[in-house]
Amino acid sequence: MYRETQIVSDVSKVPLEGGEGTFTINVGPQHPATHGVLHLVITLNGETIINIEPHLGYIHRSIEKMCESLTYRQFIYVTSRMDYLSAHINNHACALCVEKGMQIEVPARAQVIRVLMDELTRIASHELWWGAMAMDVGAFTPFFHAFRERETINDIMEETCGARLTMNYMVPGGVMHDIHPNFQKRVKDFLQLYKSKIHEYDELVTGNIIFQNRMKGVGVLSAEDVISYGCTGPVARGSGVSCDIRKLYPYEIYDKLEFDEVLETAGDSFARYLVRLKEMNQSIRIVEQLIDNIPEGDFQAKTKAVLKLPKGEFYTRVETARGELGVYIVSEGGTTPYRIKFRSPGFSNLSILNHMVKGAKIGDLIAAMGTLDLVIPDIDR
Amino acid sequence: MTNEELKTKITELLPTATYEEGGEWLNINIEPADWLFFAQQLRNDSSLYFDYLFCLTCIDWKTHLTMVYHLSSTKHRHNIVVKAKLDRNKPEIETVSHIWRTADFHEREVYEMFGVNFLNHPDLRLLILPDGWEGKNPLRKDFEDPVNMIKL
Repeated sequence: MYRETQIVSDVSKVPLEGGEGTFTINVGPQHPATHGVLHLVITLNGETIINIEPHLGYIHRSIEKMCESLTYRQFIYVTSRMDYLSAHINNHACALCVEKGMQIEVPARAQVIRVLMDELTRIASHELWWGAMAMDVGAFTPFFHAFRERETINDIMEETCGARLTMNYMVPGGVMHDIHPNFQKRVKDFLQLYKSKIHEYDELVTGNIIFQNRMKGVGVLSAEDVISYGCTGPVARGSGVSCDIRKLYPYEIYDKLEFDEVLETAGDSFARYLVRLKEMNQSIRIVEQLIDNIPEGDFQAKTKAVLKLPKGEFYTRVETARGELGVYIVSEGGTTPYRIKFRSPGFSNLSILNHMVKGAKIGDLIAAMGTLDLVIPDIDR
Repeated sequence: MTNEELKTKITELLPTATYEEGGEWLNINIEPADWLFFAQQLRNDSSLYFDYLFCLTCIDWKTHLTMVYHLSSTKHRHNIVVKAKLDRNKPEIETVSHIWRTADFHEREVYEMFGVNFLNHPDLRLLILPDGWEGKNPLRKDFEDPVNMIKL
């Protein structure tokens, strides 16, 4: 059923804090800088932002309700459609939660494959963000540079998982099928390509004085605000808050791997930009450690055809490209979850937007919002 | 603090709290009327210092609703789960959006999806659902929508 949504066009209907001389503009629902159908109602006084109110729900599919009628094998596939840029990691979180409830031991080979896929996804997601971020502030070329590397990852994914975005590769107990024989060779080719090109990123964008002027001192967040608003991922780490789930609550084999949690303390857009760029290098480090050391063995544990979680509550959290994803399953002992809640990182990260740009100029809105790395299906769910 | 130490400390603060065994985190059941006082204690007590509300949700048990708050401390790295049982016909609980700002959006989501009324919330309006939706709460178990819902 189509429902027409009222776009605010009459200023008198909007509660104003600014009083006389203020006016309202709409950014979105169709706007290139919102990266999806996000609608912002912005109250302005001249060029100064007084209030931003996000209107969500344009692609709300009620995934939580849908999952209540799907079995523990089926519901994982819906979650690829939440944060479509880190589909592997969403699937991973759900598989972990079911495994925790059923106490399934995942074979070593599956664990390594999962971590490899997660990290490749993280690189691909950050690549896309980097290209889109540069485009948001007016540089078009970096987008093509980013897609050159990202396409390589997508091709690797397509070969092994059969899909480029919604991979649906992780299942309770391991991964759906074994990696493609070419997988290791192609990942190594990608590593070589990445290393030969990554310096271009700094030359083209990071060191660019125009870009730095746009990003530095914009959207400054303090560590207290970040924690209070529940921000996670690179947004929190840009303000010096240590929150990497891979380090704090390690899952799979992350506790045996060597990588650093990237922290910046400035808290502005440029700090968040640097965190993501450096995180890609850390992911490369993880992939390098694992790609030649995939153990032999099963890629999937033996599980029953019908999965039943015991009565109780299960919560797992993983680190996606955007922050902490929590999966909370309440089970009544049946084959479907009684209630499922996805604590999505984007939803909490978006909630800080008003606080972040209040009092700034409208020109800085995009430079600040872009570094939140919003993926709208992840927010609406 | 370990779960046992947390339990001792919380019993001192709120003697009426009851606990659920099992699970990796300490599960605390409280009365909705105690929540505001208890939340302030959890946030401000220096040995507890739960400054990060990482999940806020609600469960419809058909006979009642249960609010579930997952709390964590970024300083001490301990976690707890607080649950409050609400009347299904008139669900009401105090807001904590002034203690943890992330609760602002999460409470608005629970308000529209479950119909829980958060007392003293600064801006309790629909967030995800379209205007004029009030009254029907999609995540309740008895929600029916013959047009958009496909029964499997």
